[in-house]
This record gives sequence, structure tokens and C-alpha cells, in this order.
Amino acid sequence: MSETQVRECDPNLPDDVQALIGTLQYEEVGEFPVERGYFWTSAASVENGNPLFWDDAVADEITDGPVAPLMLLSAWFRPHHWAPSRAVEKLPLQIHFDLKARFELPEAIMTENTTIFHEPVRPGDLITSAQRLVSVTEELDRRLGTGRFWIIDVEYRNQRGELCGIERWEGFGYRRDPA
Amino acid sequence: MISLDQVQVGDTLPTLSYDVTSTTVVLGALAARDWRPMHHDHHFAVERQGVQDIFLNSPNQGSWLERFVTDWTGPKGRLGRLRFKMRKPIFPGDTMVFEGTVRAVSVDDAGCGWVELDLTIRVGDVTCTESEAKVAVPTSPDDNPWQRHGDDWRP
Repeated sequence: MSETQVRECDPNLPDDVQALIGTLQYEEVGEFPVERGYFWTSAASVENGNPLFWDDAVADEITDGPVAPLMLLSAWFRPHHWAPSRAVEKLPLQIHFDLKARFELPEAIMTENTTIFHEPVRPGDLITSAQRLVSVTEELDRRLGTGRFWIIDVEYRNQRGELCGIERWEGFGYRRDPA
Repeated sequence: MISLDQVQVGDTLPTLSYDVTSTTVVLGALAARDWRPMHHDHHFAVERQGVQDIFLNSPNQGSWLERFVTDWTGPKGRLGRLRFKMRKPIFPGDTMVFEGTVRAVSVDDAGCGWVELDLTIRVGDVTCTESEAKVAVPTSPDDNPWQRHGDDWRP
């Protein structure tokens, strides 16, 4: 299966951004242990009747107990929308927001995701994530506006250090062109 | 539940069709803990992002694709990789149509059976999302891809 194509990196990136490429950043432990309620909410949101998520006997037989829907992986590193003593909203995929600010691109969308799944996530797991900037393009004109594409990898491990998955996100930060 | 010997290149998955509502979008975003406003705030989506409405978030599109694949494989099907490229947002009022075709069938050196799939999410004549999945399925009645760990799991 093909990987996310890495677009050509801007050869004239500012030094501070260039220095971040390939560097592991924002290694963080999830704000809460993995809880099963999210498994059901996620499966319900897409009407996924897979008995792995709804029938304990099937989960015991096939997966040695409950496992999370696999595409829920990124949920475990998304911070609460609010928490006491937090003055500023904490954001997921912080490198994405750092790049928006650094290049003064007020809007952004995610355009592509590739996830490789390893050990399944189970109730009670505490997931640690870490982010790595892979590339940033030159400014390009697109339908939504003018901006840059970037690729960020996120690695997820459980409390035993086992690799649960690797996500590769491609985002497009942009400013809308004047009407 | 399918097994590897039942799968051939060119096989198609049963089509899934689903009418998207605002609830679909908001529920999917909150289920993924995605609080960004373009997935629940119509005015933000239109006035700030320049799109026509709130739209499905990325992890939720992945969850829809996961469901589409495992509807076909059954619970012993274990995703190894999923890639999806979102070419056009999916909005309330759209009818999503999921389609899939088997591109490759193989057994790796550890004995794990793999099926590679080309997937799309279409709205009308427009392909909104292109996707590829690599899913492990049993090679025999007593094989279970979920029991593979470490070097025996090579997604």
C-alpha cells in the first residue's frame, strides 16, 4: 500500500522551522486513562455494529477482551476543551497550530491521513504521544486560498511502551484570497 | 466472517450508503474528541473557512471507513493500515456512498493473510475521499489476526 506522498519541502524554509524537521516534540501522556464509553460513542457515531465493541463474549474470544475502535487512536491525545488552572486552550497536534502561527496562516484543514495500527488500545491504557514535523512546502495557490502543506507524524505508545500506532497527517494552512 | 481463500483480486465490497445530517457531523467530531468549530459551528465554517457548512472531521471519516471494511471482513478482520485523502468536504445533506475493490491478496513471511483494498467515499458523481486499506483476515478457520504481536504483526 502506498504511503502519503511527501510534497517537496520548501528549500528556503526559515532556519527555526528547518531545525524542527525530524525533531520529536510534544511528548505527552494522555490526560485520562482510555475509557470504554468512548468505544461505544465512536461505534455509535458511525453505526458500527462490529460485535468486538458490543459483545463481551466475542471480544473475549477474538481480542482477549475489549479493544478500542482502531480509528479512535487520535482521541487519546486530544486534550480536554477546558481544565482547571489552564488559562489557554490546549490544542491537539500542536505542531499544526505552531505552523499556522509561524506562517501567519489563519485557516487550516487536514487533507490526508495514514495510520499504521499495531497493539490495540484497551480500557485503562494510558497513551503517550509524540509529534514530529516531516515537511513544509512553499506557498501554493489552492481553491481555498494561498498557503502551505505540511506533514506531521504522531507516534502512540501504551504504558508498557508498546507501539500502538503511527499517524501521518497532511494539513494545509492558508489565508483566504480577497474576494 | 470471510477468510483469505474466499477473496480474489477484483472482488467488490457491498456498497454502503448513508445520509449525512448535522447530527452525523457533530456526533462524529465529539466522539473523536475533536472540538474544532468547523465541525459544529455553521457560522465559523461558512464565514471563517469559506465552505458551505460544517463538515465531517478526519478521524470520523476514518471511523466510517473502518466500519465499511469490517462490515465486510467480520470481527476477525484487523486493519493494519488505512490511508485516506480528503479531496472535498462532506456536508449535512450529502448522501455518502462507500465503494471498495480488492486490489491485492497476499500472505506475508509470518503467515499473516492480507487484503489490500481501494476505497472511495462518493457524493453523487464526486469522489470526496480516496482511500486505501490493508486488512488482515484469517487464513484458516483457526487463524486469528488479532493474536499476532511483535514480529508476527507486520502491517
